Amino acid sequence: MRVDVRKTYKLFIGGQFPRSESGRSYELLDAKGNFLANPALASRKDLRDAVVAARAASEKWASASAFNRSQILYRVAEVMEGRREQFVSEVMAQEGVTKAQAIKQVDAAIDLWVWYAGWCDKIPTIFGSTNPVSGSFYNFTTPEPVGVVAAFIDGNSSLIDIVHGIAPILAGGNVVIAIANEEYPLCAITLSEVIATSDVPGGVVNVLTGRTEELAPWVASHMDIDGVDGSGVEPAAYEAVKRDGADNLKRIYRFKAEGSPQRIISFMENKTVWHPIGI
Amino acid sequence: MKFEYAPAPESTAIVDIQSEYNLFIDGKFVPSKGGKRFETINPSNEKVLSRVTQATSADVDKAVKAATEAYRKTWSKLTGTQRGKYLFRIARILQERAREFAVLESMDNGKPIRETRDTDIPLAAAHFFYHAGWADKLDYAGLGKNPKPHGVVGQIIPWNFPMLMLAWKVAPALATGNTVVLKPAETTPLTALLFAEVCQQADLPKGVVNILTGDGSTGAAIVNHPGINKIAFTGSTEVGKIIAKSVASSKKALTLELGGKGANIIFEDAPIDETVEGIISGIFFNQGHVCCAGSRLLVQENIKDELLEKLKRRMSLIRVGDPLDKNTDLGAINSQAQLMKIRELAESGDAEGAQRWSPQCQLPEKGFWFPPTFFTGVSQAHRIAREEIFGPVLSVITFRTPSEAIEKANNTPYGLSAGIWTDKGSRILWSAQQLKAGVIWANTFNKFDPASPFGGYKESGWGREGGLHGLSAYLKGDFS
Repeated sequence: MRVDVRKTYKLFIGGQFPRSESGRSYELLDAKGNFLANPALASRKDLRDAVVAARAASEKWASASAFNRSQILYRVAEVMEGRREQFVSEVMAQEGVTKAQAIKQVDAAIDLWVWYAGWCDKIPTIFGSTNPVSGSFYNFTTPEPVGVVAAFIDGNSSLIDIVHGIAPILAGGNVVIAIANEEYPLCAITLSEVIATSDVPGGVVNVLTGRTEELAPWVASHMDIDGVDGSGVEPAAYEAVKRDGADNLKRIYRFKAEGSPQRIISFMENKTVWHPIGI
Repeated sequence: MKFEYAPAPESTAIVDIQSEYNLFIDGKFVPSKGGKRFETINPSNEKVLSRVTQATSADVDKAVKAATEAYRKTWSKLTGTQRGKYLFRIARILQERAREFAVLESMDNGKPIRETRDTDIPLAAAHFFYHAGWADKLDYAGLGKNPKPHGVVGQIIPWNFPMLMLAWKVAPALATGNTVVLKPAETTPLTALLFAEVCQQADLPKGVVNILTGDGSTGAAIVNHPGINKIAFTGSTEVGKIIAKSVASSKKALTLELGGKGANIIFEDAPIDETVEGIISGIFFNQGHVCCAGSRLLVQENIKDELLEKLKRRMSLIRVGDPLDKNTDLGAINSQAQLMKIRELAESGDAEGAQRWSPQCQLPEKGFWFPPTFFTGVSQAHRIAREEIFGPVLSVITFRTPSEAIEKANNTPYGLSAGIWTDKGSRILWSAQQLKAGVIWANTFNKFDPASPFGGYKESGWGREGGLHGLSAYLKGDFS
């Protein structure tokens, strides 16, 4: 008989896989109520560390060429494909679905990631503009990333929602701190292992597992976070995030569970540049 | 040699100011339910122009009901093509009555007639004309097929460009099919009330535009009214944050155009005479009452002395005085309260060790005035480098390398505007890329156009006004 080598699920901050500085974890059960894992229970300090890592990585990621970002995101999909079996077993364990259903979700998640990867170098063309102003000026508008975005992952599914929460933020040139759904942390951490081996620079993606309720107020009041995807926050807590987030006028949105370029451009700012035309 | 100018006052005969104004609700001027009246004065001579109404929350309620009825029964029933034609009508009437608006704006606000005549009012008309054409083309706004309006929009506008800000708010709201409850600023209500007459002349269906005069309490009643679906606010970052918190627990959509502390960056190879003109328009346009003013002059160290000499000479030629005089460059400060704020911040500049300079200029005895001023020896930590002064006061800061210029320019919670002056094309584009600001003027400053989106990064606001991007502030796409 061979004893399994089980996996320890840790956080993903600045390209590293630390445990929570708080030393806390929580017991995760599978759909049948059996023990599954002890994911880390991230603290406020872990969040702050993640923000520092994200901010440090922000400028380089934002200034990478759109084609380069697109290739890196596509590379993530390639590596996801190689981990298909692992994602399938995690989806089954967490959601209690059949293998066929799990395969369907994993395939859709990988395809969705590819779809977002292709957006990187289309966004400025489709959502930017040249503007016919009066007078002798050239005037154009182009969307740019806001910077550091925190994403609370929704819980409709154990993998697809994570893709919705991370890929579009990266596609727009933002860096992300994803707060995994409390019930579905496993795919989030496995995806971060994929990301760590896919040429995504350290700090561009950070993944925290833990309690959304505990972390939401710290995210909302953190003055170095520029945007929040609140899709995974309960309505009452979401109002509080909007209220506290107003202290530095964070861009705060939540989205329907479907792929949309709106998820990308919501965390982009339009910059308009004027220049005179003359000899 | 100094040229003397004879006075060249614009006649006020063209305007007909009533001694008192009611509120404009449901297509008619109606008295308030219990609201008192307050005076609006000409800030250049402190004479009372009229007495307007302090709208109460009962008035807000009445206006919201009228706007809701208008939305349900008429405005949302019209096709975009028909809606657009009302906006075209309004644009034409504004052009026909442009001089009247320009004179009235100058009297109520204190800004020079040259600016109201050549900038504020023509741009306001252009805004209606531009958005009129959008009304039947909203499928192309990038928000999916058949995007929907919010319904009733509450709009609160500032005193610095009263009529232009009204146009920035009302034109896109109507073009996209919303109805409006608008509150002009407390100190500058008169052109908004004249606009109500324009709506009547255009036969705009009743209740589509409602105008309530009043102070911050009227604004708060609008922000908190449950019948309003979207709030659009232009004003200070401080108030913007309060509004954002107020609507957090409602379903109201919100866009904000807030403060700024724009950096105007002068590189050593800048064409110096044009640059001086750009600095002047950047900070002294509209007495510096401009959220996107170039209020921080970042000048490369090796050209500082030459530039400041030329700037001093140019500032000595600025004509401060009667706003209605066609030769006036710098008009009156809009209110006593704003004058106090400018003085207080300028005094903090003295106290913190910066050096103040103003040209010799004689200020009128009556009214609220502040001379064109700059401070040198300003550090990044000084209040005059960090806080929005909203007056004709420029803070001069030096830099050595382009990277340092960008670092200093971005070192602010604001992100509305920035200027770049250099002869080198690649440096313009590099700087424009690095600057965290929504509007970048390269080798120009303070230019505006209805086709050009305007709005800020960071704490300068949410959303854009104008252009394609401004439309999304008033529409719900199929994604949300």
